Amino acid sequence: MATTDWTIRAITRATLPVLLVLTLVEVGSGLVLGGFQSTLLRSPSLLVLVPVTIGTAGNLGSVLASRLSTALHLGLISFSPESEVLAGNALATLALAATVFPVVGAGAWALTELTGGARLSLPAVLRVAIGAGLALAVLAVFVALVATYAAYRLELDPDDVVVPVVTNTCDVLGVVVLFLAVRLLA
Amino acid sequence: MRPGRVARDAYREALPALSASLVGGLIAGVVLGGMRGALADIPGLLVLVPALLATRGNVYSSLGARVATALHQGMITPRLDTVDDRLVQACAAALANGLLASAFAALAVFVSLSVLPALAAPAPLPGLVVLALVAGTLSGLTLTVVIVTAVLAGYRRGYDPDTLVGPLVTTTGDVFGLLFLLVAVRLTTAVGLLGGA
Repeated sequence: MATTDWTIRAITRATLPVLLVLTLVEVGSGLVLGGFQSTLLRSPSLLVLVPVTIGTAGNLGSVLASRLSTALHLGLISFSPESEVLAGNALATLALAATVFPVVGAGAWALTELTGGARLSLPAVLRVAIGAGLALAVLAVFVALVATYAAYRLELDPDDVVVPVVTNTCDVLGVVVLFLAVRLLA
Repeated sequence: MRPGRVARDAYREALPALSASLVGGLIAGVVLGGMRGALADIPGLLVLVPALLATRGNVYSSLGARVATALHQGMITPRLDTVDDRLVQACAAALANGLLASAFAALAVFVSLSVLPALAAPAPLPGLVVLALVAGTLSGLTLTVVIVTAVLAGYRRGYDPDTLVGPLVTTTGDVFGLLFLLVAVRLTTAVGLLGGA
Protein backbone atom coordinates (compact mmCIF):
# COMPACT_ATOMS: atom_id res chain seq x y z
CA MET A 1 0.00 0.00 0.00
CA ALA A 2 1.25 3.47 -0.87
CA THR A 3 -0.51 5.02 2.10
CA THR A 4 2.31 5.03 4.63
CA ASP A 5 4.54 7.66 3.00
CA TRP A 6 2.62 10.92 3.24
CA THR A 7 4.72 13.50 1.45
CA ILE A 8 3.48 15.56 -1.49
CA ARG A 9 6.20 13.99 -3.63
CA ALA A 10 5.36 10.37 -2.72
CA ILE A 11 1.61 10.84 -3.11
CA THR A 12 2.08 12.61 -6.44
CA ARG A 13 4.40 9.90 -7.74
CA ALA A 14 1.85 7.23 -6.79
CA THR A 15 -1.25 8.92 -8.19
CA LEU A 16 -0.43 11.50 -10.88
CA PRO A 17 0.45 9.15 -13.81
CA VAL A 18 -2.81 7.21 -13.48
CA LEU A 19 -4.70 10.47 -12.96
CA LEU A 20 -3.38 11.97 -16.20
CA VAL A 21 -4.23 8.83 -18.19
CA LEU A 22 -7.76 8.83 -16.75
CA THR A 23 -8.06 12.55 -17.58
CA LEU A 24 -7.27 11.81 -21.25
CA VAL A 25 -9.91 9.06 -21.26
CA GLU A 26 -12.44 11.51 -19.83
CA VAL A 27 -11.55 14.13 -22.46
CA GLY A 28 -12.49 11.41 -24.95
CA SER A 29 -15.94 11.20 -23.40
CA GLY A 30 -16.10 15.00 -23.44
CA LEU A 31 -15.53 14.90 -27.20
CA VAL A 32 -18.53 12.57 -27.54
CA LEU A 33 -20.58 15.11 -25.54
CA GLY A 34 -19.25 17.87 -27.81
CA GLY A 35 -20.48 15.82 -30.78
CA PHE A 36 -24.12 16.11 -29.68
CA GLN A 37 -23.82 19.49 -27.97
CA SER A 38 -26.46 21.11 -30.17
CA THR A 39 -29.05 18.43 -29.27
CA LEU A 40 -28.21 18.83 -25.57
CA LEU A 41 -28.48 22.61 -25.69
CA ARG A 42 -31.84 22.40 -27.46
CA SER A 43 -33.33 20.02 -24.85
CA PRO A 44 -32.42 21.10 -21.32
CA SER A 45 -33.80 17.92 -19.73
CA LEU A 46 -31.19 15.90 -21.64
CA LEU A 47 -28.46 18.26 -20.38
CA VAL A 48 -29.71 17.74 -16.82
CA LEU A 49 -29.42 13.97 -17.40
CA VAL A 50 -25.70 14.18 -18.24
CA PRO A 51 -24.04 14.40 -14.78
CA VAL A 52 -26.51 12.10 -13.05
CA THR A 53 -26.29 9.40 -15.75
CA ILE A 54 -22.49 9.49 -15.83
CA GLY A 55 -22.32 9.53 -12.02
CA THR A 56 -24.81 6.72 -11.50
CA ALA A 57 -23.13 4.53 -14.12
CA GLY A 58 -19.75 5.09 -12.48
CA ASN A 59 -21.23 4.33 -9.07
CA LEU A 60 -22.91 1.11 -10.19
CA GLY A 61 -19.60 -0.05 -11.63
CA SER A 62 -17.53 0.99 -8.62
CA VAL A 63 -19.89 -0.60 -6.07
CA LEU A 64 -19.80 -3.88 -7.99
CA ALA A 65 -16.04 -3.68 -8.51
CA SER A 66 -15.30 -3.03 -4.86
CA ARG A 67 -17.55 -5.91 -3.79
CA LEU A 68 -15.88 -8.27 -6.25
CA SER A 69 -12.44 -7.03 -5.11
CA THR A 70 -13.29 -7.73 -1.48
CA ALA A 71 -14.60 -11.19 -2.40
CA LEU A 72 -11.35 -11.77 -4.27
CA HIS A 73 -9.28 -10.70 -1.23
CA LEU A 74 -11.28 -13.05 0.99
CA GLY A 75 -10.99 -15.93 -1.45
CA LEU A 76 -14.77 -16.13 -1.83
CA ILE A 77 -14.81 -15.90 -5.58
CA SER A 78 -14.34 -18.38 -8.38
CA PHE A 79 -14.55 -17.24 -11.97
CA SER A 80 -17.13 -19.65 -13.32
CA PRO A 81 -20.64 -19.06 -14.62
CA GLU A 82 -21.97 -21.02 -11.65
CA SER A 83 -20.35 -18.71 -9.07
CA GLU A 84 -23.09 -17.50 -6.74
CA VAL A 85 -21.14 -14.40 -5.65
CA LEU A 86 -20.74 -13.32 -9.29
CA ALA A 87 -24.32 -14.08 -10.27
CA GLY A 88 -25.77 -12.48 -7.13
CA ASN A 89 -23.79 -9.26 -7.48
CA ALA A 90 -24.52 -8.99 -11.19
CA LEU A 91 -28.22 -9.44 -10.47
CA ALA A 92 -28.09 -6.76 -7.75
CA THR A 93 -26.48 -4.29 -10.18
CA LEU A 94 -29.28 -4.81 -12.72
CA ALA A 95 -31.92 -4.46 -10.00
CA LEU A 96 -30.31 -1.26 -8.71
CA ALA A 97 -30.30 0.20 -12.23
CA ALA A 98 -33.95 -0.76 -12.70
CA THR A 99 -34.79 1.03 -9.42
CA VAL A 100 -32.70 4.15 -9.85
CA PHE A 101 -32.98 5.15 -13.51
CA PRO A 102 -36.76 5.70 -13.63
CA VAL A 103 -36.23 8.12 -10.71
CA VAL A 104 -33.33 9.75 -12.60
CA GLY A 105 -35.52 10.31 -15.66
CA ALA A 106 -38.53 11.60 -13.73
CA GLY A 107 -36.28 13.82 -11.59
CA ALA A 108 -34.50 15.32 -14.59
CA TRP A 109 -37.79 16.06 -16.34
CA ALA A 110 -39.42 17.54 -13.20
CA LEU A 111 -36.43 19.75 -12.36
CA THR A 112 -36.25 21.04 -15.93
CA GLU A 113 -39.98 21.74 -15.92
CA LEU A 114 -39.56 23.69 -12.64
CA THR A 115 -36.50 25.66 -13.72
CA GLY A 116 -37.67 26.91 -17.06
CA GLY A 117 -39.83 24.41 -18.85
CA ALA A 118 -39.00 21.03 -20.40
CA ARG A 119 -39.00 20.69 -24.15
CA LEU A 120 -39.24 16.91 -24.23
CA SER A 121 -42.23 15.02 -22.85
CA LEU A 122 -41.93 13.01 -19.64
CA PRO A 123 -42.23 9.66 -21.49
CA ALA A 124 -39.40 10.64 -23.86
CA VAL A 125 -37.06 11.57 -21.00
CA LEU A 126 -38.05 8.37 -19.14
CA ARG A 127 -37.33 6.28 -22.27
CA VAL A 128 -33.86 7.81 -22.58
CA ALA A 129 -33.03 7.48 -18.86
CA ILE A 130 -34.29 3.90 -18.47
CA GLY A 131 -32.92 2.70 -21.82
CA ALA A 132 -29.50 4.21 -21.12
CA GLY A 133 -29.55 3.01 -17.49
CA LEU A 134 -30.30 -0.63 -18.24
CA ALA A 135 -27.74 -0.77 -21.06
CA LEU A 136 -25.19 0.82 -18.72
CA ALA A 137 -25.90 -1.70 -15.96
CA VAL A 138 -25.18 -4.58 -18.34
CA LEU A 139 -21.97 -2.86 -19.49
CA ALA A 140 -20.94 -2.08 -15.89
CA VAL A 141 -21.29 -5.76 -14.94
CA PHE A 142 -19.19 -6.76 -17.93
CA VAL A 143 -16.46 -4.16 -17.29
CA ALA A 144 -16.28 -4.93 -13.56
CA LEU A 145 -15.99 -8.68 -14.22
CA VAL A 146 -13.26 -8.24 -16.83
CA ALA A 147 -11.28 -5.78 -14.68
CA THR A 148 -11.52 -7.93 -11.53
CA TYR A 149 -10.52 -11.03 -13.48
CA ALA A 150 -7.57 -9.18 -15.06
CA ALA A 151 -6.39 -7.93 -11.65
CA TYR A 152 -6.67 -11.49 -10.31
CA ARG A 153 -4.70 -13.02 -13.18
CA LEU A 154 -2.05 -10.26 -13.20
CA GLU A 155 -1.83 -10.33 -9.39
CA LEU A 156 -2.51 -6.60 -9.04
CA ASP A 157 -4.10 -5.22 -5.89
CA PRO A 158 -7.75 -5.05 -6.97
CA ASP A 159 -8.47 -2.05 -4.70
CA ASP A 160 -5.79 0.09 -6.35
CA VAL A 161 -6.60 -0.88 -9.91
CA VAL A 162 -10.10 -2.20 -10.36
CA VAL A 163 -12.18 0.56 -8.79
CA PRO A 164 -10.60 3.57 -10.61
CA VAL A 165 -10.48 1.70 -13.94
CA VAL A 166 -14.09 0.55 -13.69
CA THR A 167 -15.40 3.92 -12.45
CA ASN A 168 -13.78 5.89 -15.27
CA THR A 169 -14.65 3.33 -17.95
CA CYS A 170 -18.28 3.48 -16.81
CA ASP A 171 -18.12 7.32 -16.89
CA VAL A 172 -17.10 7.20 -20.53
CA LEU A 173 -19.60 4.48 -21.41
CA GLY A 174 -22.21 6.63 -19.65
CA VAL A 175 -21.71 9.43 -22.18
CA VAL A 176 -21.57 7.09 -25.18
CA VAL A 177 -24.70 5.18 -24.14
CA LEU A 178 -26.53 8.43 -23.36
CA PHE A 179 -25.62 9.66 -26.85
CA LEU A 180 -27.02 6.47 -28.42
CA ALA A 181 -30.14 6.57 -26.23
CA VAL A 182 -30.83 10.19 -27.22
CA ARG A 183 -30.42 9.29 -30.91
CA LEU A 184 -32.63 6.20 -30.72
CA LEU A 185 -35.20 6.96 -28.03
CA ALA A 186 -35.73 10.72 -27.57
CA MET B 1 -24.49 -18.31 -0.09
CA ARG B 2 -27.19 -18.50 -2.73
CA PRO B 3 -27.26 -15.92 -5.54
CA GLY B 4 -30.65 -14.59 -4.43
CA ARG B 5 -29.37 -13.78 -0.96
CA VAL B 6 -26.12 -12.32 -2.27
CA ALA B 7 -28.14 -10.12 -4.61
CA ARG B 8 -30.51 -8.96 -1.85
CA ASP B 9 -27.64 -8.05 0.50
CA ALA B 10 -25.73 -6.21 -2.23
CA TYR B 11 -28.86 -4.32 -3.29
CA ARG B 12 -29.67 -3.20 0.26
CA GLU B 13 -26.12 -2.13 0.96
CA ALA B 14 -25.73 -0.06 -2.21
CA LEU B 15 -29.15 1.62 -2.49
CA PRO B 16 -28.68 4.42 0.13
CA ALA B 17 -25.35 5.60 -1.34
CA LEU B 18 -26.70 5.42 -4.89
CA SER B 19 -29.78 7.42 -3.89
CA ALA B 20 -27.62 10.09 -2.24
CA SER B 21 -25.44 10.44 -5.32
CA LEU B 22 -28.58 10.55 -7.47
CA VAL B 23 -29.76 13.65 -5.61
CA GLY B 24 -26.30 15.24 -6.00
CA GLY B 25 -26.22 14.31 -9.68
CA LEU B 26 -29.62 15.87 -10.36
CA ILE B 27 -28.63 19.13 -8.60
CA ALA B 28 -25.42 19.14 -10.63
CA GLY B 29 -27.55 18.62 -13.74
CA VAL B 30 -29.67 21.66 -12.95
CA VAL B 31 -26.49 23.74 -12.57
CA LEU B 32 -25.26 22.40 -15.91
CA GLY B 33 -28.66 23.17 -17.45
CA GLY B 34 -28.36 26.73 -16.14
CA MET B 35 -25.03 27.10 -17.91
CA ARG B 36 -26.52 26.62 -21.38
CA GLY B 37 -25.65 30.16 -22.42
CA ALA B 38 -22.01 29.77 -21.39
CA LEU B 39 -21.84 26.30 -22.97
CA ALA B 40 -23.01 27.75 -26.28
CA ASP B 41 -20.67 30.77 -26.06
CA ILE B 42 -17.47 29.00 -25.00
CA PRO B 43 -16.55 26.20 -27.40
CA GLY B 44 -14.77 23.43 -25.48
CA LEU B 45 -16.48 24.08 -22.15
CA LEU B 46 -18.88 21.13 -22.45
CA VAL B 47 -16.03 18.91 -23.67
CA LEU B 48 -14.09 19.83 -20.53
CA VAL B 49 -16.94 18.97 -18.13
CA PRO B 50 -16.49 15.15 -17.81
CA ALA B 51 -12.72 15.44 -17.29
CA LEU B 52 -13.09 18.12 -14.61
CA LEU B 53 -15.81 16.19 -12.76
CA ALA B 54 -13.87 12.92 -12.97
CA THR B 55 -10.73 14.65 -11.66
CA ARG B 56 -12.66 15.79 -8.59
CA GLY B 57 -13.93 12.23 -8.09
CA ASN B 58 -10.56 10.57 -8.63
CA VAL B 59 -8.45 12.98 -6.55
CA TYR B 60 -10.76 13.52 -3.63
CA SER B 61 -11.99 9.94 -3.25
CA SER B 62 -8.33 8.95 -3.09
CA LEU B 63 -7.73 11.64 -0.43
CA GLY B 64 -10.76 10.41 1.51
CA ALA B 65 -9.64 6.78 1.26
CA ARG B 66 -6.16 7.77 2.43
CA VAL B 67 -7.53 9.60 5.49
CA ALA B 68 -9.89 6.68 6.22
CA THR B 69 -7.05 4.13 6.09
CA ALA B 70 -4.84 6.33 8.30
CA LEU B 71 -7.62 6.59 10.89
CA HIS B 72 -8.07 2.80 10.85
CA GLN B 73 -4.33 2.30 11.35
CA GLY B 74 -4.08 4.94 14.09
CA MET B 75 -1.66 7.03 12.00
CA ILE B 76 -3.69 10.19 12.59
CA THR B 77 -6.11 11.17 15.34
CA PRO B 78 -9.67 12.20 14.44
CA ARG B 79 -9.26 15.78 15.66
CA LEU B 80 -8.87 19.06 13.85
CA ASP B 81 -7.51 21.20 16.73
CA THR B 82 -3.99 19.77 16.40
CA VAL B 83 -3.56 19.39 12.67
CA ASP B 84 -1.19 16.62 11.72
CA ASP B 85 1.59 17.59 9.30
CA ARG B 86 1.04 14.44 7.24
CA LEU B 87 -2.62 15.34 6.80
CA VAL B 88 -1.60 18.78 5.52
CA GLN B 89 0.81 17.14 3.06
CA ALA B 90 -1.91 14.77 1.83
CA CYS B 91 -4.35 17.67 1.29
CA ALA B 92 -1.72 19.76 -0.47
CA ALA B 93 -0.85 16.81 -2.71
CA ALA B 94 -4.51 16.30 -3.61
CA LEU B 95 -4.91 19.98 -4.47
CA ALA B 96 -1.70 20.07 -6.53
CA ASN B 97 -2.55 16.88 -8.44
CA GLY B 98 -6.09 18.07 -9.03
CA LEU B 99 -4.81 21.36 -10.48
CA LEU B 100 -2.22 19.63 -12.69
CA ALA B 101 -4.88 17.26 -14.04
CA SER B 102 -7.33 20.15 -14.62
CA ALA B 103 -4.79 22.20 -16.60
CA PHE B 104 -3.80 19.06 -18.49
CA ALA B 105 -7.47 18.44 -19.34
CA ALA B 106 -7.83 22.00 -20.67
CA LEU B 107 -4.74 21.54 -22.83
CA ALA B 108 -5.98 18.17 -24.12
CA VAL B 109 -9.41 19.64 -24.97
CA PHE B 110 -7.78 22.58 -26.79
CA VAL B 111 -5.46 20.32 -28.81
CA SER B 112 -8.14 17.77 -29.73
CA LEU B 113 -10.66 20.43 -30.78
CA SER B 114 -7.97 22.18 -32.85
CA VAL B 115 -7.12 18.91 -34.60
CA LEU B 116 -10.61 17.43 -35.08
CA PRO B 117 -12.34 19.22 -37.96
CA ALA B 118 -15.80 17.82 -37.11
CA LEU B 119 -16.10 19.87 -33.91
CA ALA B 120 -16.12 23.64 -33.37
CA ALA B 121 -12.72 25.33 -32.91
CA PRO B 122 -11.97 25.81 -29.19
CA ALA B 123 -11.94 29.01 -27.12
CA PRO B 124 -8.44 30.52 -26.57
CA LEU B 125 -6.06 28.21 -24.68
CA PRO B 126 -5.16 30.67 -21.86
CA GLY B 127 -8.87 31.15 -21.17
CA LEU B 128 -9.56 27.41 -20.94
CA VAL B 129 -6.51 26.79 -18.73
CA VAL B 130 -7.32 29.67 -16.34
CA LEU B 131 -10.95 28.52 -16.24
CA ALA B 132 -9.89 24.96 -15.32
CA LEU B 133 -7.41 26.20 -12.70
CA VAL B 134 -9.85 28.62 -11.04
CA ALA B 135 -12.58 25.95 -10.96
CA GLY B 136 -10.06 23.39 -9.67
CA THR B 137 -8.81 25.66 -6.89
CA LEU B 138 -12.25 26.67 -5.63
CA SER B 139 -13.80 23.20 -5.76
CA GLY B 140 -10.58 21.60 -4.48
CA LEU B 141 -10.40 23.77 -1.37
CA THR B 142 -14.10 23.22 -0.65
CA LEU B 143 -13.96 19.46 -1.19
CA THR B 144 -10.82 19.11 0.96
CA VAL B 145 -12.51 20.86 3.87
CA VAL B 146 -15.80 18.96 3.43
CA ILE B 147 -14.21 15.53 3.09
CA VAL B 148 -11.59 15.82 5.83
CA THR B 149 -14.08 17.33 8.28
CA ALA B 150 -16.81 14.80 7.48
CA VAL B 151 -14.53 11.76 7.61
CA LEU B 152 -12.96 12.82 10.92
CA ALA B 153 -16.32 13.76 12.46
CA GLY B 154 -17.95 10.57 11.15
CA TYR B 155 -15.14 8.47 12.60
CA ARG B 156 -15.53 10.12 16.03
CA ARG B 157 -19.22 9.21 15.99
CA GLY B 158 -18.50 5.60 15.15
CA TYR B 159 -19.13 5.47 11.38
CA ASP B 160 -16.81 3.44 9.20
CA PRO B 161 -14.93 6.15 7.26
CA ASP B 162 -14.49 3.81 4.25
CA THR B 163 -18.22 3.68 3.61
CA LEU B 164 -18.59 7.45 4.10
CA VAL B 165 -16.04 8.51 1.49
CA GLY B 166 -17.62 7.12 -1.68
CA PRO B 167 -21.13 8.59 -1.33
CA LEU B 168 -19.75 11.85 0.09
CA VAL B 169 -17.38 12.43 -2.83
CA THR B 170 -19.95 11.50 -5.47
CA THR B 171 -22.66 13.73 -4.01
CA THR B 172 -20.55 16.79 -3.22
CA GLY B 173 -17.97 16.41 -6.02
CA ASP B 174 -20.36 16.92 -8.94
CA VAL B 175 -22.35 19.70 -7.26
CA PHE B 176 -19.35 21.77 -6.14
CA GLY B 177 -17.48 20.85 -9.32
CA LEU B 178 -20.17 22.40 -11.52
CA LEU B 179 -21.04 25.30 -9.18
CA PHE B 180 -17.44 26.46 -9.12
CA LEU B 181 -17.11 25.85 -12.85
CA LEU B 182 -19.96 28.33 -13.25
CA VAL B 183 -18.15 30.82 -10.95
CA ALA B 184 -14.91 30.26 -12.88
CA VAL B 185 -16.69 30.89 -16.20
CA ARG B 186 -18.00 34.23 -14.88
CA LEU B 187 -14.58 35.29 -13.53
CA THR B 188 -12.63 34.22 -16.61
CA THR B 189 -15.11 35.89 -18.95
CA ALA B 190 -15.04 39.06 -16.84
CA VAL B 191 -11.27 39.44 -17.22
CA GLY B 192 -11.62 38.95 -20.97
CA LEU B 193 -9.71 35.68 -21.34
CA LEU B 194 -12.49 33.88 -23.19
CA GLY B 195 -12.98 36.26 -26.06
CA GLY B 196 -16.14 38.27 -26.48
CA ALA B 197 -18.51 35.91 -24.65
